[in-house]
Amino acid sequence: MTIEITNAVKCRGVSKVFSQGELAVHALTDIDLDIAAGEFVCLSGSSGSGKTTLLNMIGGLDVATTGEITVAGKRLDKMPMSELADLRLQHIGFVFQAYNLIPVLSARENVEFVMQLQGIEADQRRVNAMEILQQVGLTGMEDRRPAELSGGQQQRVAVARAIVSKPALILADEPTANLDSENSDKLMTLMRELNSQIGTTFIISTHDEGVMAFAKRLIRLHDGRIVSDEAI
Amino acid sequence: MSPGSQHTSWSIVFRIAWRNLWRNHRRSLIMLSAIALGLWGMIWMTALMRGMVDQMIDSSIKTLSGHIQIHAPGYLDDPSIEYLMPPLDESPALQSLLGTDDVVAWSQRIRVPAVIRSERDVIAVTLVGIDPEKEKGLSFIGDSVTEGDYLTSVDDNKLLVGKKLLERLETRLNRRVVLMSQDPENNIAERGFRIGGMFDTDLEATETGYVFAGLETVRKMLKMGPGVSEISLLSHDYRQLDPLLEKTRSAAPAADVKSWIEQDPYMGSMLAVMDGFVLVWFTVIFLALSFGLVNTLLMAVFERTREIGLVQALGMKSTNILYMVLIESIIMLLMGLAAGNILSWLTILPLKDGIDVSSVAAGMEFAGMSSTLLPAVKMYDVVLANLLVLVLGIAASLFPAWRASRKVPIEAITRVWQ
Repeated sequence: MTIEITNAVKCRGVSKVFSQGELAVHALTDIDLDIAAGEFVCLSGSSGSGKTTLLNMIGGLDVATTGEITVAGKRLDKMPMSELADLRLQHIGFVFQAYNLIPVLSARENVEFVMQLQGIEADQRRVNAMEILQQVGLTGMEDRRPAELSGGQQQRVAVARAIVSKPALILADEPTANLDSENSDKLMTLMRELNSQIGTTFIISTHDEGVMAFAKRLIRLHDGRIVSDEAI
Repeated sequence: MSPGSQHTSWSIVFRIAWRNLWRNHRRSLIMLSAIALGLWGMIWMTALMRGMVDQMIDSSIKTLSGHIQIHAPGYLDDPSIEYLMPPLDESPALQSLLGTDDVVAWSQRIRVPAVIRSERDVIAVTLVGIDPEKEKGLSFIGDSVTEGDYLTSVDDNKLLVGKKLLERLETRLNRRVVLMSQDPENNIAERGFRIGGMFDTDLEATETGYVFAGLETVRKMLKMGPGVSEISLLSHDYRQLDPLLEKTRSAAPAADVKSWIEQDPYMGSMLAVMDGFVLVWFTVIFLALSFGLVNTLLMAVFERTREIGLVQALGMKSTNILYMVLIESIIMLLMGLAAGNILSWLTILPLKDGIDVSSVAAGMEFAGMSSTLLPAVKMYDVVLANLLVLVLGIAASLFPAWRASRKVPIEAITRVWQ
């Protein structure tokens, strides 16, 4: 299900403060950001710059201390947990840096997981999963558990799972961090193809220059603030 | 499916729960064993205790008590020939009741204190005049004659004497003894009997306390009319006597009608204590089990914090996560219960002929039991034990399941993201 949205993501005055005892850590400060549907955006910056925090909040996994975040036309700060879960299920795909897969499910079952929660029929799920696994080059590995796959193969399963139900938005947090350069290039190429073919919006956090080279738009963060935002 | 709603996919929830259960084989097997052994302990111990109490009650009921006894008013306070009930012919309502399906067996008896004398000794006993055919299936005497012959009719002139009493009288089968009692005129009634049969029971007190002769023979000896001392009857279930008791009281309003519990309050209280003990025993075992169960599930939830965060991030709702942990617990409980039931069956089945406790037979007899202990498995106890473990087990699992479902996605997944 592809949702047509003019603004996939809109952030207004978003700040995030983590309290550590009496110490307040400003992870994000006054972020204003618009990401249109179909964009392929890289968030770059050093560790602690706020990339992951911003992704977490856009994905509805964390709540902004101040400001508004709108995803798929819905204000996240107004939504209860159960609606946030539905929003993630229906509109957002996630690719994490590591520990992406459910260990007790096979590659195919991991890919089917989201579709199953969405209530898609078993036959259709299987067809979709097999197609997408073929697309990410994992034909013949459908029945392997995560422990039987290499890091690169696991990331490709995660990408397959994120894209299989064609969400409007995919959030990927350092998806190539544990991959060698060859696998990293393959994965980024795949995501760019999906972006071009299906129009899925991608927001990818990275500090890898090789990954940034794939971006259509590069947003640099430093100490929780946007320091540059440029189309490439 | 409406947009924005989440389908509860039981198949994926069940699949993950099932596979999670076997991720730590050793821990799951230990927990399964604990549940199985806990249930086995509940069923086995209860079967043993029920068997003991059943034997005590059965022994009491078979020792002439029956489930319900009918006497003339005053007889129980002074069990002599002065307090007789009129013959049944004069009580058609009672006669009709005794012929219904509610009554499994019944018999009339004359029961008076007497003295038995052999050439060696004189011992006080209770002389019981019986209808031999009607006593079969009602009291112990119908199937306890091990030497000699059982009585053939109400006119039978032979006497049935217990094995221990024979030893004490230093006499044997076919020898003569003299029985002495009082007739209705308070005169001595005396008669010689040939010992025609010896009965053997588990209780020495029964063997030394009673002698049996035909009802008419005793009536003639005591020079009495057609009355009887008591009517004893058996129903279908010794626990469910109230309806029949009411009917009997209505049918014999002038008589003193009592259930076995009223006649033997000690046994009645034993039964109540036993029911209470079963619940206490079940609760103690379950409490021990529940700590293990909760700990196992909490450990599992703690170990899977990142996975829980992952599935939350992918859109799984809290309720589905709660179901996932609960189903894992339910599968473990059901498997443990199945194993426990099989184990109970396998360990109780070989004991169907009883456990020989003759080494402590004297103590057992004091409590009214025989030297062979028969475990009694009651379906009620088995169902109660299974339901208790299942329902309370699920209740105990709610806390770990709730903990899992309330995890904040970012906190659960942070370990990976940062």
